[in-house]
Amino acid sequence: MKNENGLKYFSLSVIWIWLIIFALLPFLLVSIVSFLSHDENHLIRLPFTLAHYIDLNNAIYLKIFEKSFYLAGLCTIICLILGYPFAYAIARMENHFKSLFILLIIIPFWTSSLIRTYSMITILKPKGIINSVLLWLGIIDKPLALLYSDIAVVIGLIYNLLPFMVLPLLTNIERLDNRLLDAARDLGANRFTTFRKITLPLTMPGIISGSILVFLPAMTIFYIPDLLGGSKSILLGNLIQNQFLVTQNWPLGSAISIVFTLLLGFLLFIYWRTMRGKEHGNLI
Amino acid sequence: MKSKIMQYLPASLYLTLIYLFFYIPIIILIIYSFNKAQYSLLWHGFSLRWYEELFADTDLWIAVWHSLVLGFFAATAAMCIGSLAAVSLYRYAFKGRQLLYGMVFILILTPDIVMGISLLILFSFVKISLGFWSLLLAHITFCIPFVVVTVYSRMASFDEYIFEAAKDLGANDVLIFRRIIIPLLWPAMLAGWLLSFTLSVDDVIISYFVTGPGFEILPLKIYSMVRLGVKPEINALCSVTFVLTLLLVIISQVALRKKP
Amino acid sequence: MSQNIIELREVSKSIHGHDVLYNINLEVRNGEFLTLLGPSGCGKTTLLRLISGFEQPTTGKIFINGKDVAGLAPHLRHAHTVFQSYALFPHMNVVENVAFGLRCQKLPKKEIDERVAEVLKIVKLEKYALRKPEQLSGGQQQRVAIARAVVNRPLVLLLDEPLSSLDYRLRKTMQIELKQLQRKLGITFIFVTHDQEEALSMSDRVVVMQEGYIEQIGTPRQVYEDPQNLAVAKFIGEANIFDSEIVGMDGKQITVMIQGKQRMVKSTRSFTVGQKVYLLVRPEDLRVWNAEEAGDTSDMLPGVVEEVIYKGTTVDLMVRLTNNKLVAATKFFDEDDDRLEYKIGEPVWTTWSPGWEVVLPHEE
Repeated sequence: MKNENGLKYFSLSVIWIWLIIFALLPFLLVSIVSFLSHDENHLIRLPFTLAHYIDLNNAIYLKIFEKSFYLAGLCTIICLILGYPFAYAIARMENHFKSLFILLIIIPFWTSSLIRTYSMITILKPKGIINSVLLWLGIIDKPLALLYSDIAVVIGLIYNLLPFMVLPLLTNIERLDNRLLDAARDLGANRFTTFRKITLPLTMPGIISGSILVFLPAMTIFYIPDLLGGSKSILLGNLIQNQFLVTQNWPLGSAISIVFTLLLGFLLFIYWRTMRGKEHGNLI
Repeated sequence: MKSKIMQYLPASLYLTLIYLFFYIPIIILIIYSFNKAQYSLLWHGFSLRWYEELFADTDLWIAVWHSLVLGFFAATAAMCIGSLAAVSLYRYAFKGRQLLYGMVFILILTPDIVMGISLLILFSFVKISLGFWSLLLAHITFCIPFVVVTVYSRMASFDEYIFEAAKDLGANDVLIFRRIIIPLLWPAMLAGWLLSFTLSVDDVIISYFVTGPGFEILPLKIYSMVRLGVKPEINALCSVTFVLTLLLVIISQVALRKKP
Repeated sequence: MSQNIIELREVSKSIHGHDVLYNINLEVRNGEFLTLLGPSGCGKTTLLRLISGFEQPTTGKIFINGKDVAGLAPHLRHAHTVFQSYALFPHMNVVENVAFGLRCQKLPKKEIDERVAEVLKIVKLEKYALRKPEQLSGGQQQRVAIARAVVNRPLVLLLDEPLSSLDYRLRKTMQIELKQLQRKLGITFIFVTHDQEEALSMSDRVVVMQEGYIEQIGTPRQVYEDPQNLAVAKFIGEANIFDSEIVGMDGKQITVMIQGKQRMVKSTRSFTVGQKVYLLVRPEDLRVWNAEEAGDTSDMLPGVVEEVIYKGTTVDLMVRLTNNKLVAATKFFDEDDDRLEYKIGEPVWTTWSPGWEVVLPHEE
């Protein structure tokens, strides 16, 4: 009988212990640190204080929060607009073509994000491809300052995160029953109505999963604003990174992370509430 | 025939544009890695010079070696722990099952940066010096949920009664694990391993916080090189890693498709 | 050795605080083909899982071969299960699947080979020994599942809706094969199904279950011809149910009032005058006459043909009686009776032979 349950208890203890030590405990520590004080000689010290949360009410920080949400949201919407028809076209392909085209999305999906960001520099820089082509065509007479701007950051984010939008959409649209669309057409709905009343509601789980997978990293991939945005583009990720590795203000960095996590948790909670009872959201 | 072309034309055109968006930057990178000139966009002739410089850079090779070692151990540990967890989650009823499941999902959704700083704080609290061990523990942690999800979804595709059938025929848990679960799950476990390995070798954000001076890994090495500006040597490096990723993707696709 | 291979004494089961089975008493005779019949959710599968040992009863005792099996692991109970989905190991071929149980017992290889070969011969799968489950048809997979259970020489074979995923034709063939197999093996089969036709045609005895209770245990003929209550009658076969009242009792002769007409009925139960009862008449027992054919209509019920359904060997009539009740009558093609064509809207008389009905008291 001991043998019977040994494996169960072994597996469960391993995973529980791991998650408690390396997921739960660290998060608790961040919460605690966010309430501690800070001075030049100590990364953290007593007493407990709410100062860092109050500091966050500062216009500079609020602006960074606002800008991060704005750019991440913009990036998510553009990814959705670009990705939906793309996923739809692929989902409707014949099978042997489809697997090849899906593989072609998975390759950039798996390629190092850093490398792909770097490749964007070559494209966007003053002597890069875009400017060269535009100059050659005579559309512009001097190079556009694309690199080191918010536009570059958004383009970089889209370039990196578009596959995260496309893949969940693709799985969702593939599962869509074609007969439903035929039925809608048969009942007299035109293409637009069919899309709005049938396709869109049924692919909503994919849309939401894709949006989450784009929106979450968009705010925190600090190396994209770092490489493409120059010094002006500080987003949340850069802010947190600065507090920890540059100015060494751990409590403030922790407080920012906590607020950020709570905001995200709130968004996910809304998602969970709306999805509850419906089909299990297929996030990955 | 003509109308059919007209019907598919917009879609094909659109697909082509998006794929161009995906691939042109990488292709340009690869092309220029063979360009003789250092700064110019103009083509100055074919050259392997940057590859030679790349291969002569011993620091870089050490970082590559470090990343491979780290990826190997992190992926292996994550595969073991994650598979055990997935199997337990699927097979056993126990208190806190929902909670465990929830934690795995939250772990996937946790922004990398939050995981990075929280592990940094943990390591400094328990005085683990930053370097190989801190990186390894961090990488195992963020790989585990991906293995759990991969293996779990594979398991959910089986007939749930095969485990009861095995029990009915007299197999105990260990035997079921060895004779039923492992043979059926190894493709998913391999896929989980490959995914973990890629995630580990690729990770910048979490590693950035928990790395130490003694143990430099490839993504961070690339990051520091890239921050200093565009150099043809980096083009060459990117081309090499891209080709390697390509191989890895193809291998993993084959492994995933293969049915037991 | 006792005559009963399995005994359940006052077994009840609740799952997550939900009562699934109430006070089940059941005796399974050695060597019989027993069917647990009931609609989905009636607890029949749970009952099977209690016997197989995958679930433990909340209260009560289960005896297999005279031994209390409380806490005994499934494989030690001498009762093996054939799962609804077959649950074949997809990565093993037929021989490996069948040999699995014997290998778990660590029997010598020679004995394993012999027993596997023997069983494969019984289920006629020798030719497919090295195939994987996915390369077999549904019926063949089913036979592998049976072989895998039978090879361990159980005293009882538990079959959980094993035919439900097969198509109609194959199901018919497998019903006969299963019955023959059971005779050949001489072991007890406990068979779970929701298909009453399947239950009636295969079983020695049928256990009719509803909402966690056993409603009736009996031979197929008993449960069909003499259902113990309305629930059983409704579940097994089609039935026309008439509301009626006892107006006279004279020994076995009972007079009832039905829709204003007096009729004689027969029953072994005793009733009191004035008691409300149901009369249950199977469609095949209900006669339908038109005005010319009907002679004395004093105990017949008038109605109008509402639907005529041609079914090949039979014609089903739906007749709307004057009190607006719809009844069904099945007419078999009869060479003497060339008049099988009824018009919709035609006025008819319906009746049945006295004694072909079942009289059931109202339930509280």
